[in-house]
Amino acid sequence: MRKIFGYLSAFKGRMAVGLSLKILGTFAELVLPLIMAYMLDEVAPAGDAWALGLWGAGMLVCALAALWGNVAANRMASRVARDTTERLRDDLFAKTLRLSAAQTDRATIPSLVSRLSSDTYNVHNMIGMMQRLGVRAPILLIGGVALTFTVDPVLALVLLVTVPVLTAVVALVAGRGIGLYGRLQRSVDAMVRKVRDDYTGIRVIKALSRTGYESRSFAAVNEKVSRDETRAALTMGASGPVMNAVLNVGMAVVLFLGAYRVSDGMAGVGDLTAFTSYFTIILNAVISVGRIFVNLSKGAASAGRIAEILDLPEEMTALPDLPQEEGEPYLRFEHVSFSYGGKAPALRDIDFSLNKGESLGILGATGSGKSTLAALLLRFYDPDEGRILLEGRDLRSFSRQELREKFGVVFQNDFLMAASIGENVDFERDLPEEQLEEAVRAARAEAFVAEHGGFKGKLTARGSNFSGGQKQRLLIARALAGRPEILILDDSSSALDYRTDAMLRRTLTRDLSGTTVVMIAQRISSVRFADRILVLDRGRAEGFGSDVDLMRTCPLYGRIFASQHGGDPEAPEEGARPAEGEGGAGPAGEGGLA
Amino acid sequence: MSGSERRDKMAARAEKRAASRAKRAVIARLARYFFRFKFRVLAAFVLMVGSNLFALLGPWLSGRAIDAIAAEGGPDFALVGRLCLWMGLFYLASSAFSYLLSALIIRLSQTIVRSMRQEVFDKILSLPVGALDRVQAGDLINRISYDIDTVNASLSNDVLQAASGVITVIGALIGMIAVSPALLGLFALTLPFSVWITLKRSRSVRPLFRKRSARLAELNGFSEEMLSGLPTIRAYGREGRMIEKFALKNTEAVDAYYRADYLGSLIGPAVNFVNNLGTVLISTGGAFFFLFGLISIGDISAFLLYARRFSGPVNEFANIMGEIQSALAAAERVFRLLDAPSEPADPPGAVLPQGPGQVRFEHVRFSYDGEHPVIRDLSFTAEPGQTVAIVGPTGAGKTTLVNLMMRFYDPQGGAILLDGQDIRTLSRGGLRAAFTMVLQDTWLFEGTVAENIAYGREGATLAEVEAAADAARIGDFVRSLPEGFGTRLTDNGVNFSKGQKQLLTIARAMLSPARLLILDEATSNVDTRTELQIREAMAELMRGRTSFVIAHRLTTVENADLILVVKDGDIVECGRHDELLGQKGFYAELYAAQFE
Repeated sequence: MRKIFGYLSAFKGRMAVGLSLKILGTFAELVLPLIMAYMLDEVAPAGDAWALGLWGAGMLVCALAALWGNVAANRMASRVARDTTERLRDDLFAKTLRLSAAQTDRATIPSLVSRLSSDTYNVHNMIGMMQRLGVRAPILLIGGVALTFTVDPVLALVLLVTVPVLTAVVALVAGRGIGLYGRLQRSVDAMVRKVRDDYTGIRVIKALSRTGYESRSFAAVNEKVSRDETRAALTMGASGPVMNAVLNVGMAVVLFLGAYRVSDGMAGVGDLTAFTSYFTIILNAVISVGRIFVNLSKGAASAGRIAEILDLPEEMTALPDLPQEEGEPYLRFEHVSFSYGGKAPALRDIDFSLNKGESLGILGATGSGKSTLAALLLRFYDPDEGRILLEGRDLRSFSRQELREKFGVVFQNDFLMAASIGENVDFERDLPEEQLEEAVRAARAEAFVAEHGGFKGKLTARGSNFSGGQKQRLLIARALAGRPEILILDDSSSALDYRTDAMLRRTLTRDLSGTTVVMIAQRISSVRFADRILVLDRGRAEGFGSDVDLMRTCPLYGRIFASQHGGDPEAPEEGARPAEGEGGAGPAGEGGLA
Repeated sequence: MSGSERRDKMAARAEKRAASRAKRAVIARLARYFFRFKFRVLAAFVLMVGSNLFALLGPWLSGRAIDAIAAEGGPDFALVGRLCLWMGLFYLASSAFSYLLSALIIRLSQTIVRSMRQEVFDKILSLPVGALDRVQAGDLINRISYDIDTVNASLSNDVLQAASGVITVIGALIGMIAVSPALLGLFALTLPFSVWITLKRSRSVRPLFRKRSARLAELNGFSEEMLSGLPTIRAYGREGRMIEKFALKNTEAVDAYYRADYLGSLIGPAVNFVNNLGTVLISTGGAFFFLFGLISIGDISAFLLYARRFSGPVNEFANIMGEIQSALAAAERVFRLLDAPSEPADPPGAVLPQGPGQVRFEHVRFSYDGEHPVIRDLSFTAEPGQTVAIVGPTGAGKTTLVNLMMRFYDPQGGAILLDGQDIRTLSRGGLRAAFTMVLQDTWLFEGTVAENIAYGREGATLAEVEAAADAARIGDFVRSLPEGFGTRLTDNGVNFSKGQKQLLTIARAMLSPARLLILDEATSNVDTRTELQIREAMAELMRGRTSFVIAHRLTTVENADLILVVKDGDIVECGRHDELLGQKGFYAELYAAQFE
């Protein structure tokens, strides 16, 4: 919440004006019953029609003042809420994009999305509501009670007694309601999961003729949702009737006691009428206080979640003072080890180097650390041990911009925007048109780009109007368009048919002689062309060298070759290892780039 | 008015009529759910009328009490006491009734909603797979949770509010007439304001709120898209540009919010103003009448309270109607799903397949959309116990054959025969039971390992489950877990690797006595050790079964009795390995590219 107050303080002046208008308007409303009582008890019995008319006009003025004050204040409040939310959301988005990869992993993408959407929405709502109802309800409550005291203190005491009772009812119901709705939400989640499960498994369910069983098991989940919802609704539904009962019984008591007050000459009959009005006003105020609390607690929780992100420290800054090493190869991994958030190591003691212009293939199964290696090379993460040198300079000494300009990347399941083909290839870099064309040609994407209307052709969300292979070629064009020094292709030709794949590989090896290509794959055929191949198994380097070298020296490489080419994978394995459970050892590793 | 304009107008009117007819149909259908519970609906009606009438007696009693207090010669304490007692009792009774009423309605609407959800779910299960393939999971989930919730809220809340609003308005009107027709005349001056508010709400405010939601959804869509591409944005250092784009969309979103808020924030004070205006008119007018001895103070007080009761529902009218409208739209979406055609029933006299498991395709022709043919003219025979390999590039439509054999889809021409019988004459359940399958996406649900394996055959014993697990080379691993076969598979399945999950589905298939097998061999995501186990398990599974294998391994292909080559959804070649190589066609090319 402190963070929100910080943002609000920029609008102090406007809020003060709005607040004053709100107080003015609310008070104008509050005095109406008072004037009425005066008219009925004093003016009317005196028989002064002129005075009556005057007081009536006075009431009208008050009513108009209340209208004007409240409308003006509400608009001011809306404006403040808009401007605050705009800044807050912009800052949150900017911060989110600039988080380090490790910070993003910890926060998780879905959670960041919900902070940007529903949490900022809740805060927007809260800021608006706090300025409107948050001011109005307390004034009505306190002001209403105070004014009744001026009318008749004894009767006001009755009213004063009902206020804590009503507050208790609201607090009790709201308190229990939050718990009950939380439980309801969990059973709804379970129901949704069931539907999603069965939707994805419908073929299996039908194949095994288990629809009856599924229907029965849904009935159980469904029943639980209904039970929880009934309970929550019955609890919440109690507050209205209970509050009405308390208030109306209170009114009956006021009337009964009022008879004695009037008989003693301490109050007028008109005062009693005023009291009935105040009862209604106070009832409404208490109800809205209940709503305010729900809104406030929701908004405060959201504000907390937003502040959590905004307050994260800046990570992965450049360290320009690291020394430049002389006589180093172009790229060098020096005993690099890495783990995601202190879990089992994703890479262990990786040590290799690459000369300028050489291509690198990285081969291994899912979870062997291939994508992690690429992430380290892009400096999404820093190694836990060891270091990475590019042109003899530690990666950490490059500025973000300097480093990023060297790379062209295609990730697994990489992302295409719902925008034009040109925008997707250019990717907000303002590259010259001929560079884009050249990249599209090199990626063998020319033909289908023309079919889709050239660079102006539109992609739908996630590029669903293109086939898998076409999407990969667009992504490769994007990577090539910046004429990168290093090109990283992470499993990005899997959807290409073999002929296109082969042509593309030819382009990469022949036409891009100045570019260092890093090719990541599970298929041995995709990496065999590379000058150097790194074979990874569970984060360890099992071999490094050319295809010919590895066939001779690396048993795992031979085994993968045999397995993928249909031979007997067991043959080259010396002293078969016991099949210990490998669950959990690796698969978590690739999460960072998914 | 030109002719075309007139035609447009008439078309618009006809459209409107059709829409309102559709709406009436939805209402009638919803009402049918209610009429299943006639007595409860009747009880609810009685409670509602009672609760509102009791509440309406309150102001009249309080007016009398005030008059008794203001009586010449001092208050009549006995009368005041009696009146106040009655007033308290009536109000209490009214509150009690209204709680009973809402409890009744909540239970009633929950019963209705629960049966609706079950109907929707059963419908989803009974839809043809082809229809399900065309909808998204999110859409179904929206219908079963969000749409039905909206209907529920409307049933339990809005309808009640609208009905009791009508009673209150009529009752309050009668009360006002009874107390003072003259004051009613004055009070009527506020009506134009109420009408204005109602119109403003439905015509200006609601569209603005819709626009607000749309802009917000757009912004959220944008941030979701950007965050899903975060690594790419980071890799190319494009954060700044994306932030600028976001800021533009953000401005639009908060502006739309502001515009809706700006007008919406007029409504609250305006409603209050109408109430206050009523107070001003009634108290000033009342004071005048009182001056001339036409009315008592008790009457003025009673009238004021009636006027308040009258305005409440009138000012809420627009809101309630809006909610009911969206509930009707939601109900319509639910009904549309319920009305979608289910898988056609089995023909009369459908028989269970029995035989050794020979499959024959005779001139099969098939297309998903009726436009682009996927299979033009396919004939082949798989003898019992043989292995048929299906090969081709990713996304070429290899699953089409599976869809046809399992009757998830029916071919447009030709026939598929199982042991000489057209599969369309067999019962669907029986046909599907004749197959067992292991698909690429390992479908496991939240439950224990044993439950997941036993899913392959109803009533399998634990011993059978363990035997199947052993045959699938996963038994030892499961037993090594602290909870063994009782281990729960969680949603994200962290406790099992991808390969192990595949072994579990193989174990599930092992349990089935079926003679035909459909197998997807894709295993490239698994490390070599698990891959070996999977291969052994699959070989075991294929033994003695007629197998259709979506093949990824050279050995499988080379040893298959028949190879079907799929390209762009079409079976382009068909034969044995050496025959196909000899043809030097697509298969030969594929073979060269993949295995060279």
